[in-house]
Amino acid sequence: MAQRTLACTGCHGPQGKSGPDGYYPRLAGKPAGYLVNQLRNFQDGRRHYAPMQGLLATLNDAYLQEIANYFSALEVPYPPPVAQRTDPAMLARGHTLATQGDRALNIPACTQCHGTALTGVQPSTPGLLGLPRDYLNAQLGGWQIGQRRAQAPDCMARIAKGLNDADVHAVTSWLASQTVPKASGAVAQRPALSPGASAIECGSAP
Amino acid sequence: MTSAPNHRASAQGNAQAHREPWLRHTSGAIGALLVAACVWVFWAADAWHERTSANAAHSDASAAPSLEHGAYLARIGNCALCHTIPGGAPFAGGRAIETPFGAVVSTNITPDPTQGIGQWSASDFWRALHHGKSRDGRRLSPAFPYTSYTRVSRADADALFAYLQTVTPSARANSASPLAWPFNTQAALAVWRALYFWPQPASLRPDGASPIVGGGGVNAPATLGLARGEYLVHGLGHCTECHGKRSLLGGLVRGNELAGAVLPGVPWYAPSLHDASQAGATSVVDTVALLQTGASGGRFVGGPMAEVVLHGTQYLTQADAQAIGLYLQAVARPTAPAAPHPLTTNADPRAAKLYEDQCADCHGKEGQGQAGAYPALAGNRAVLMAQPNNAVLSVLHGGFAPVTKGNPRPFGMPPFLLQLGDADVAAVLTHVRSAWGNQAAPVSALQVQQIRRTQAAP
Repeated sequence: MAQRTLACTGCHGPQGKSGPDGYYPRLAGKPAGYLVNQLRNFQDGRRHYAPMQGLLATLNDAYLQEIANYFSALEVPYPPPVAQRTDPAMLARGHTLATQGDRALNIPACTQCHGTALTGVQPSTPGLLGLPRDYLNAQLGGWQIGQRRAQAPDCMARIAKGLNDADVHAVTSWLASQTVPKASGAVAQRPALSPGASAIECGSAP
Repeated sequence: MTSAPNHRASAQGNAQAHREPWLRHTSGAIGALLVAACVWVFWAADAWHERTSANAAHSDASAAPSLEHGAYLARIGNCALCHTIPGGAPFAGGRAIETPFGAVVSTNITPDPTQGIGQWSASDFWRALHHGKSRDGRRLSPAFPYTSYTRVSRADADALFAYLQTVTPSARANSASPLAWPFNTQAALAVWRALYFWPQPASLRPDGASPIVGGGGVNAPATLGLARGEYLVHGLGHCTECHGKRSLLGGLVRGNELAGAVLPGVPWYAPSLHDASQAGATSVVDTVALLQTGASGGRFVGGPMAEVVLHGTQYLTQADAQAIGLYLQAVARPTAPAAPHPLTTNADPRAAKLYEDQCADCHGKEGQGQAGAYPALAGNRAVLMAQPNNAVLSVLHGGFAPVTKGNPRPFGMPPFLLQLGDADVAAVLTHVRSAWGNQAAPVSALQVQQIRRTQAAP
C-alpha cells in the first residue's frame, strides 16, 4: 500500500510537511473515519484544494476507505512541539478554551469531542495535537469563511464562527505547544459530558 | 460569419461617402439585406433538417423500452459526468463545460416537473438528442453533443429516456451559461448548426447495421461488430467530441473527427485515434483492456479519459468493447515513423539529476517502469507525442489511474506543480524524451508555463 500511495506521501511525508503553499498535515495514526470523511469532502467540493481534488477524481469509495485504513494504522512518532514565544496570558486563555470552553460564548471545550487527551475519538474525530499553529489557524479560518466545510450539521463551522481572532490564536497557540502523549491514538469514546455542557450535533461524527 | 460582409460593405461605403453619399446608404442597405438573407437561409436550413428526418422519428410502441438497457446506455454515454456537479444530486446538472467561447452549464435532466425533464415526452427527448432542440424548440448549445447523439437510434433514445424518468428528481434550478454575445443567441446557434450539424437518418439501428458504414454485407458478424463500434464511437460514446479536430468556430472538421485535439481550457490533448504513434489502436485486445480497466500493457489512461473510463467505458459489455476495438483498429493508420529528433546538445545539466531524484524510484533508472505499477517512460507513446501537453500535465498534477474492476487499487503519482518550476519540468521532460532510445523534441520552459497558465482550476 505504501507503493500505491506515494502520490499522498510525496507531499504529506511520514509526519506532515511544510510546502510552498502551506502545511500538508500528517496522515499517520488519524482515525480512519476522519480521513475518509476528508477525502470525500475534497471529492464533493466541501473542502477546496485543487491538487487534492485532482488526485481523488478517479477513485471510488471502497479504495478511499482502504487508503484511509492504511494511514490510520500507521504508527509514526511525533516530533516535539516547536517552541513558541507566546504571551502566558494568551496561553492560559487557550488552555481554558481547549479544556473548559466558554459558556458565555456558547463555545464547548475541545476536549468534549476530541477526547480528554485531545488525541481524537474513534471513529471520525481527529486529534488536535502535533499540528503546527499556522495549520490550525488556517483550518479555523477556513471554517469561518466557509472555505472548509464538513457534512451538515457542520459543528466546527458553528464553533469557529463563534471565536474571535484573539481566541483562535489563543487556542491554536496552546494546542500547538502541547507535547503529544505516548498513547497518541484516538480513544474509543468521548468523555462524559461535564455538568451543564450540552451535546453537539456533528454530521461527520454522529 | 454574417457580419463580415456587412463590415466590408460599410467600410467601402465610408471611403466613398464624401463624394457619393447615396452610395453609402445603398451599400448599408445591401449589407443589411445580405445579413438578413444569410440568417434566413441558415434558419430555413435548420428547419429543413428537422422536417426531412421527422418522418422516421416515430417511436416503436410495440417494444417497451428496457430500464436496464437505458441505465446501461446512460453509463456508457457518461451522461452523469457532465450533468452532475461534484457532491451534487446525480443528473441534476450545474457543471460548467469549458468551450472556446465560454463555459456552458449543464442542465437538470432528472424527472423533476419544473426544473428537470419530468414533463417531457419520449419524443421531446428524441428531438433533443437527434435535432439538438429543446422541448420548446430552442436550439441547444452543441456543448451538449447532439452532433454525436443524432446518430443514436430511436429505440436507444427511448430506453435512455425511460431510465432517466426513474432517477431521483432534483429541484436544482438551471442556471444560465455565462456566454458572451453573440454566442449566447439563437441566431448564432442557427448559423453554427447550418455549418456543422448534420442530423443523421433516423432509421439507424442500435446494432449499427445501417448505411452509415460504407458498403453492404451487414449480415456478417465482423461487419456487424464494426458497424456497432462505429455507432458507439460516433454516437452515444461521443468520442469525436474530444478526439476530433475543430475549426475556429468550434465545429468538428469533417474527415478529422478522430484526428486528435487539445481540449479547451484544460488543456489536455485528446490524442489521434488514427495515428499509431498517438492513441491509434494496436489491437482489439488492447483497446478492450484500456476501455474496461483503464490499463493495458503497463500503460494507464490519464487526464479526462481517466474519468471517462471511471464513469463510463468500464461498464461496456464485452461485445460492445470488442466492437469499439474492431472499429478503432479499422480506422488506425500505421504512420511512417517521424524523423527522429536530433539529440539535444544543449541539454540542461540538472535534468539527469532531477530525474534521478524525483522520478527514478518509480519509473526506473532506465525509464523501464515497474510492471503493473508505474508505467515505463522509454518508448511510451503518451510521453513522446509531438504535443507535450499530457506529459507536462501529468508531471504537474500527478494522478491515479481510474479505479475499475480490473484495476481496483491503482497506483498514484504525486503532483509536482509546487515542487518543480517551469524550467525544471521542461528539463526533466526533455531528458525523458531523449533518453533510453526516446527521440522526441525538447520541451521548453515557455511551453510548460503556457500549459500551467492555460489550465482551468479543476
